Amino acid sequence: MATYRSLKDIDWAMMFLTLCLCLIGVLQIYSVTHATPAWRDAWWKQILFLITGLLLMWLIMVIDYHTLLGQTPVFYALTLFLLVLTFAIGKRVLGAGRWIPLPLGLHFQVSEFAKLVIVLLVARFLTELKKDTVEFWDVIRMIGLVGLPMVLVMKQPDLGTSLTYLPPLIVGIFLAGLRWQYVAGFLLLVGIASPLGYMMMRPYQKSRLEVFLNPNLDPQGEGYQIIQSKIAVGQGGMWGRGATQGSQTQLKFLPVPHTDFIFSTFAEEHGFVGVVVTLGLYFLLLMQIVQNAQTAPDRAGMYLCMGVASVILLHVLVNVGMVVGQMPVTGIPLPLLSYGGSSIWSMFLMLGLVNNVRLRRFVN
Amino acid sequence: MINPFGFKNREIEFKDKALLRDDPKFATNKIVIFQGVTITVFLFLIAGFWRLQVLEVATYREAADKNIIKSIPIRAPRGKILDRDGRVIVDSHTSFSAILSRSAYNEAHLPAIAEGLHMEMEELEARLSRFRKQPSYKTVEIKEGLTPGEVQFVESHNDPDTFPELELIQSYRRMYPQHGLGAHVIGYTGEVSEAELANSDFAQFNQGDVVGKAGIERYYNDMMMGQDGVRSFVVNNRGQIQKTLSHTQAVPGKTIQLTLDLDLQIAAEFALGGRRGSVVALDPRTGEVLAMVSSPTYDLTKFAGRINKTDWNEIINNPDNPLLNRAIQAQLSPGSTFKPIVAMAALEAGVIDENTTFHCAGGQSFYGTYRHCHNKTGHGNVSLRYALAQSCDVYFYNVGDRLGIDRLAEYAAMTGVGQKTEIDLPSEKAGIMPSTAWKARSVRTKWFAGETISVAIGQGALTVTPLQLASSVGGIAMGAIWHRPHLLKDQPDLPAARKASWSPGHILSVVGGMYSVVNDGYGTANAARLPGIEFCGKTGTAQLVSNAYVEKHGGKVKDNAWFVGFAPRQNPEIVVAALFEAGEHGKDASVIARNVVKAYFDKKARTRRPPQVAVLPFAARPGEN
Repeated sequence: MATYRSLKDIDWAMMFLTLCLCLIGVLQIYSVTHATPAWRDAWWKQILFLITGLLLMWLIMVIDYHTLLGQTPVFYALTLFLLVLTFAIGKRVLGAGRWIPLPLGLHFQVSEFAKLVIVLLVARFLTELKKDTVEFWDVIRMIGLVGLPMVLVMKQPDLGTSLTYLPPLIVGIFLAGLRWQYVAGFLLLVGIASPLGYMMMRPYQKSRLEVFLNPNLDPQGEGYQIIQSKIAVGQGGMWGRGATQGSQTQLKFLPVPHTDFIFSTFAEEHGFVGVVVTLGLYFLLLMQIVQNAQTAPDRAGMYLCMGVASVILLHVLVNVGMVVGQMPVTGIPLPLLSYGGSSIWSMFLMLGLVNNVRLRRFVN
Repeated sequence: MINPFGFKNREIEFKDKALLRDDPKFATNKIVIFQGVTITVFLFLIAGFWRLQVLEVATYREAADKNIIKSIPIRAPRGKILDRDGRVIVDSHTSFSAILSRSAYNEAHLPAIAEGLHMEMEELEARLSRFRKQPSYKTVEIKEGLTPGEVQFVESHNDPDTFPELELIQSYRRMYPQHGLGAHVIGYTGEVSEAELANSDFAQFNQGDVVGKAGIERYYNDMMMGQDGVRSFVVNNRGQIQKTLSHTQAVPGKTIQLTLDLDLQIAAEFALGGRRGSVVALDPRTGEVLAMVSSPTYDLTKFAGRINKTDWNEIINNPDNPLLNRAIQAQLSPGSTFKPIVAMAALEAGVIDENTTFHCAGGQSFYGTYRHCHNKTGHGNVSLRYALAQSCDVYFYNVGDRLGIDRLAEYAAMTGVGQKTEIDLPSEKAGIMPSTAWKARSVRTKWFAGETISVAIGQGALTVTPLQLASSVGGIAMGAIWHRPHLLKDQPDLPAARKASWSPGHILSVVGGMYSVVNDGYGTANAARLPGIEFCGKTGTAQLVSNAYVEKHGGKVKDNAWFVGFAPRQNPEIVVAALFEAGEHGKDASVIARNVVKAYFDKKARTRRPPQVAVLPFAARPGEN
């Protein structure tokens, strides 16, 4: 039975990097919202989210991850149930029913927590395989299992979040060993499916994609966000305009500047240097998680850590890429920086999972 | 191990099933590939920032300096409202509004701006906060109908160094008739509220739109509203226009013509003379509404821009409820004005004929209750014509008793009692035509035969609106043809008139009785006689509460006076219903109706085309050609 010697064995380097990023987030949220009455208390709310996040992290750390993996079917079923419930009673915010209202004016975004469940699901599934390669039908079964919550979230409609369920699956299958024939077959399938997928997209999703390819099509509508974000980033220059000094940020040209576009405002106020430092922190954080995967006591632990790393990598790629116009506007938050309870909590739970694996790296 | 949730430890079970192979190093090479991918992703992202922030920084700095999109709305004028002769009832005239650009506003400027525009700071903040969910390039109209002094203030302060967020635009203000003329028909406009925006009826509107809120303004809002245009510019940080992005023209709203006759409307308002009540005049040949008055009224000019709080409170706190359009919303007992409908039903059902008489001894017992006639000494032997002329209650008690409530309800419903007329005005009320089915449905009790006796003289649970009464009686006078009452003149798709195949002889008997009411010496509305005009009608004095209640309260509760009449006797051109609340006797309402009918025929005589005078053609003049 795997156990741990002391909670002091957690990954302190990872914790330090995490809290540095969170601190940058809180400062940036303050800078962006201090002049907007409606959001004036966002920064200290974010601190409350972080403190409760640490508590959740501790809770998930002390339960052996094998126990969590054992309970995965329960978590999975619960997630599906809550996703269906979100449909039924989800609060309609900004055109998407993504939230379940809770007391105290909080909203519970099930799709955020589903990321954690997907990571557990993939890890358990791949651990239970008794082979060194995944067979065709295993892949199909996994796609089915991951695909079901994906479709539910896609229908909310929240294409961005549903895409974040893919990385643990892809990275997991890649690590478990996949024959190149399957990869080739899959690429062929994607080639056929993408035009079909484009036809099935909602009009606003189509227009986002088109405008991503050419933002000047619609300088006041969809393209507005991309153009404004690029202007904000570009005008930051090498050293930035200084905290609370970004003219684009402060003049509220950017929509949701404290959530999805927080990095755009950060880039304006802290310049290229600030961007490189922050992205460096993310890079080190990812490397630290990957290192935990390498020292994991068993395959299950390795899959868990790599699953978490893949989710964070995709978030950073899509969100930061969107800010500089390299990715389409999808509305997924930047982990640890963006304002929002559900996002912070699900991220802290995932990092708690990594700590969980690390604490049990010394096999008895 | 710590297990705070007391999960069953399935770890062992899981391990047995999975045969965990503790060889996490099996994927080491692949993890290295993942690290490689991560490095590539970060380099890709940093390259993006390098391009924007280092290589092209000058381009974006320039774009940022220029970057303010300003959208200035171009208001669409709302359509005019004309009367049937094409005279303007409601017009839109140009005025100026101050708008605030939200993308560039400075909170510190607000107090000075509020002061310059003579606004309360709270009101300005409330207006801005209504737009908090809109994109920042949308402007807010902060004050409309600016005075010349306020226009001056905006023009002298909207330079880049003072209040660059302030802007002046042309807008339109509604010009309504004064003194509450036609207020209930016309209605008023106002800014769509946040609560209304959440309602699907208002889904097509945006925050800040001015929409019809009552009357014709509301019913035909979509026709009259038009579509605002917009001009958007890129302006630099000094507020100077760099480039026009788009220019969409405003589409003006349509002008609509009503069936209302402004002369008759004024005559009707004078006839009512500000007393609490209502007057409706219809053309029974078409259903066109010629005049519709409800009193007390309210001053529409106060709604021309945005009504201020004190004026609004004054209106809504008035106990007489001036906002109520009594013509279509007052549901009251019609009293004896209902008797022609009862007579019509009885003749058609065959329970009486033209020669049936009943003896009135000043009262009669029905189902154990003694019921008085309004004439305590009795009318003696009464025929139908005399019963209508003298409004004998005992006659109609007997008729109602023979007819029964359900047959009465059936015929009354054919004339439109108890149903909305579907006039083109919002919030019309239906009134109540009682019947056994109605009572079972609404009160869930049995109908008592004694109640029929009350309904037969227009009391009991029976209620009508003035419009309903005019339409119902007008249709009977037309020979049992009911046209849908309406206010919009051109309505090609108006539904066909409702018809009943009633005997012309029966109709003539009832009309004859109504002729006696006004024109015979013994008629109850003899005071309303119009020389040269065959004016027919029926008075009504409707009790609001029982006689017992009145006696207990020292007779302080006054009865409602009603009159419904039409002219001429054959082929009627106008039907008028007049309600004078607490007017004591129907005769008082008959004078109101008479004045309206007189105004109608006076105007007809005045505007009749003069006889053609023969003029010799020029060519025939001697000595030419």
